[in-house]
Amino acid sequence: MGVVVRVPTPLRRLTNGQGEVEVEARTVREAIEKLEQLYPGFKERLVDEKGELRKFVNLYVNDEDVRFLKGLDTELKDGDTVSIVPAIAGGLAL
Amino acid sequence: MPRFTEEQIKRYARHIVLPEVGGRGQEKLLNSKVLVVGAGGLGSPALYYLAAAGVGTIGVVDYDAVDLSNLQRQILHDTSRVGTPKVESAKKTLEALNPDVKVITYNAKLSKDNVMDIIKDYDVVLDGTDNFPTRFLINDACYFAGKPLVSAAMLRFEGQCTVFDFRDKEKSPCYRCLFPEPPPPGTVPSCQEAGILGSVGGIMGSIQATEALKLLLGIGEPLVGKLLIMDALSMDFRKVKLRKDPDCPLCGRNPKIKELIEYDHSCEVRF
Repeated sequence: MGVVVRVPTPLRRLTNGQGEVEVEARTVREAIEKLEQLYPGFKERLVDEKGELRKFVNLYVNDEDVRFLKGLDTELKDGDTVSIVPAIAGGLAL
Repeated sequence: MPRFTEEQIKRYARHIVLPEVGGRGQEKLLNSKVLVVGAGGLGSPALYYLAAAGVGTIGVVDYDAVDLSNLQRQILHDTSRVGTPKVESAKKTLEALNPDVKVITYNAKLSKDNVMDIIKDYDVVLDGTDNFPTRFLINDACYFAGKPLVSAAMLRFEGQCTVFDFRDKEKSPCYRCLFPEPPPPGTVPSCQEAGILGSVGGIMGSIQATEALKLLLGIGEPLVGKLLIMDALSMDFRKVKLRKDPDCPLCGRNPKIKELIEYDHSCEVRF
């Protein structure tokens, strides 16, 4: 299954500048693992030591916040778009 | 009939011909009060358009002075103003653009001790600040005061904008529903590395001004419950849902935050 992950500009230094990455994944958690395999260091930007989504990062499946779905266990289907939306404030970013 | 001068009829003609604005809408704008926090990359275009639109009273909060490195994006200021307080520079530019506008300056850093007093007289507040502690402070203050807040942020080639309409606290989400807490110090790379394409501020600040004007005029659908995300590299504009979080520490069912909090400015970059 192919889903598109949209990478915000502050994280693109990990993806060699790519704004969209396609991965095969059935859940959001799996998509993050796939990203980590492709771009080591990616996961820790999104998830804390306990495996929970960091509080200053939001993930959306299409236009819905995963926190209002099943969190990292939210299922993905072919053609879904996962967007990573970090808190930004002028000079700061994750 | 609204009482306009001949000059005003001419100045605002392109507004007045819009059925959504008209003479009554223009009169509303002239009687409105908007506060903009930050006279930088976002505040510059936002303030410029609000003043041009004839928003009668505009408050500007900033404690910084104009620096040469600001001029790549902060279009309210110019080379001759380097070293002068940003609020003074902003006032000069805005009053030169439109003498109908009364500009009130606050050459101060927002804190929990002054924020409630500063925002109390305004109809709408715009957040164009460059740091998380102030963003959380403004959010909480506007929530407690029941003021609509137009929030935007930008970094590199990316911008975000949303509206928290705290006139209806039951319905509107808040900044903490989106991000419950500021990023802890140490989780962010060196602040000095952060860059921003100057014109991104032009896009996002203009969007903020547009949302503020919509709120003042009571037209259209403001970005309430929606987060607009703009990527200038692909020129993608996307909207995602921003829901009210029942567990939000500020506006949720069992709020933990009952008074203003000041976080550490652990890593601060000026616009």
